[in-house]
Parts: sequence; structure tokens; C-alpha cells
Amino acid sequence: MVDIGYLLSFIVVMTIATFATRLLPFVIFQKQSKHPMMSYIAKYTPPMIMSILVLYVLKNVDFNSVESINTLAAIATTVGVHLWKGNSLLSIFAGTFLYMYLVQG
Amino acid sequence: MIRRIIKLTTPIMFGYIPMGMTFGVLFQGLGYPWYFSTLMGLFIFAGAAQFMAIGLLSAGAGLTEVFISTFMLNFRHVFYGLSILEKYGKWGLRKFYLVFGLTDETYSLVTTIKAPKEVNEQNYYFFITLVNQGYWVIGCTLGVLLGGLVEFNTEGMDFALTALFIVLVIEQWKNIRDILPFVIATLSSIFVLIFFPNQMLVGSIMLSISILITLRAIKNKSYG
Repeated sequence: MVDIGYLLSFIVVMTIATFATRLLPFVIFQKQSKHPMMSYIAKYTPPMIMSILVLYVLKNVDFNSVESINTLAAIATTVGVHLWKGNSLLSIFAGTFLYMYLVQG
Repeated sequence: MIRRIIKLTTPIMFGYIPMGMTFGVLFQGLGYPWYFSTLMGLFIFAGAAQFMAIGLLSAGAGLTEVFISTFMLNFRHVFYGLSILEKYGKWGLRKFYLVFGLTDETYSLVTTIKAPKEVNEQNYYFFITLVNQGYWVIGCTLGVLLGGLVEFNTEGMDFALTALFIVLVIEQWKNIRDILPFVIATLSSIFVLIFFPNQMLVGSIMLSISILITLRAIKNKSYG
């Protein structure tokens, strides 16, 4: 027995909670957006967050296992191809296809 | 412009469609009509939160609990907005949607990739967000409809998102040519991973921004 009413209110609540986290900084800090500290944050935060996201997605890799070699090989390929050709799509595909090949093979 | 955006967001398609499909398959197990999976992709549009929703729905969690846990889970987004206050321009329907659709991947693209000169910057970001949500909604829908019927071997495809973040770190480095943010981020992540492993994402972001602001304040003071 499924409760559609519950599901609908669930979706509404989760939508509001997610949107609130995305909206909050714009509501609170919009007036300060020209402040020098804000432009400093705007400049330096993206590289920090991007680095953290990389470490975050890699944190569950067990670097003592054989599978970690797949991950390391795919990362090395992505970085290598990117430094070589500088074409984002090509680097991402090279790394991803290699990874898929290694884990499925 | 659309062609350029499709090209730009292809890695995200590789991540979002299989991930959305996984969500759809799990959602199907709950026994609700299929279109609610589509609806969740349309309105919630948050990967981690939707996966958490599967657990909360099957447990019949209270709505207060749903609100608090979703807010906590997505709290990192507060810091995303902080760095694009200027970039997203003036308030209007377009900006409303841009803010609504600010996922990790969209944030990464709009903060790293410069819009071409001939196009309106906010329109460019708008279509990136829209196309990304399109992939996600397609994934959520396909997963629940196809369910266990078709055997897909998409294993490993989600590495595209890891590869995307790696490439964007390199691109960020090319833009900024300053090692400071990368060092701060790495040290913060290691610290948080050791002491608060369950809050790695939001913890590292908060810590690294705090360090950044502190360093700036010290620098300003010493220049008097």
C-alpha cells in the first residue's frame, strides 16, 4: 500500500530544503557581492572546492587493493592526455573508457 | 551555442544518466507510480538527496526529519552560491532557475569555463544548467521504466564525473596560477578526513574557506 499524499509532501519538503541551501547565500550576501572580500572568495573558492570534490570522490578507493590500480591508471591517463592535448572532452573520455574497460574486463 | 553546450556537458551526461537510472531502479522498488521518479528529478534535482530519499521513504521518515537531513546533506551548496554572487547577475526567472539548478557539476563548469564573448553569459549558464537537468531527468525516468528489464553495463561510466573534476582542477590551475587554494584544500581535506570522516565534503569546504578568510585578514592587517 503506497501513500501518494505522503510521497507528495515528502517531495515538497525535500525540494524546499535543497533549494534553501542553494538560495541562502544569494539572499544573505547579495548586497555585499561587490565587497573586496567577496571577490577574493569568488576567485579562490572554486579551485578549492574542485580540489575537495576530487579528493571526495577518491576517498573511498582502497589504495591497498588491486582495483586502486584501475583508478590510478585512469587518473594518470586523464591528467596525461589533458596536459598533452588540452582538450577536456578528450581527456575525460580517454580516462573514462580506460576505466570502464579495466573494471568490466 | 547549443552545440558548444552539448559538447561541454557530455561528461556530465555520462555521469548523470547512469546515476539517474540507478536512482530510478531503486525508486521502482518502493512501489510508487513511475512518474514520481521523473517528478523528483524535476523538482529536487540533487543526486545525494534523492538517494537518501529512497531510504527515508522506505522508513516512512517524518517530514521534519526529511527537511533537516536534506538541508544538512546539501549544506555545502551555501558555499557554492557565495562565490558566484556576481556571476549569476540580476534577479529574474532565469536567475531563479540558475540558483535552483546549482549542482556540484554545474557549479564546477560555470566557475571554470568562460562563456564565449559573443553570447550572453547568464544565458550560457542557463542552458548548461538546463541541459544538465535534462540528463538527470532522463536518467531518473529511464531507470524506473526499464528497471530490471534491460541489462546495461554502465559500470565505471561514472568515472566521467571524477575525470571531469580532475580536468577542472587543471583548468582552475591554468586560470589562477597560484598554488595557495590547492594547498589549503588538500590540507583541509586531510584534516577533516582524519577527524570528521563523515562530514568530509562540507567540513573541508568550511575549513578551507575559513583558512582563506583568515589568511586574507592577516595579510590586510600586516599591510596596515
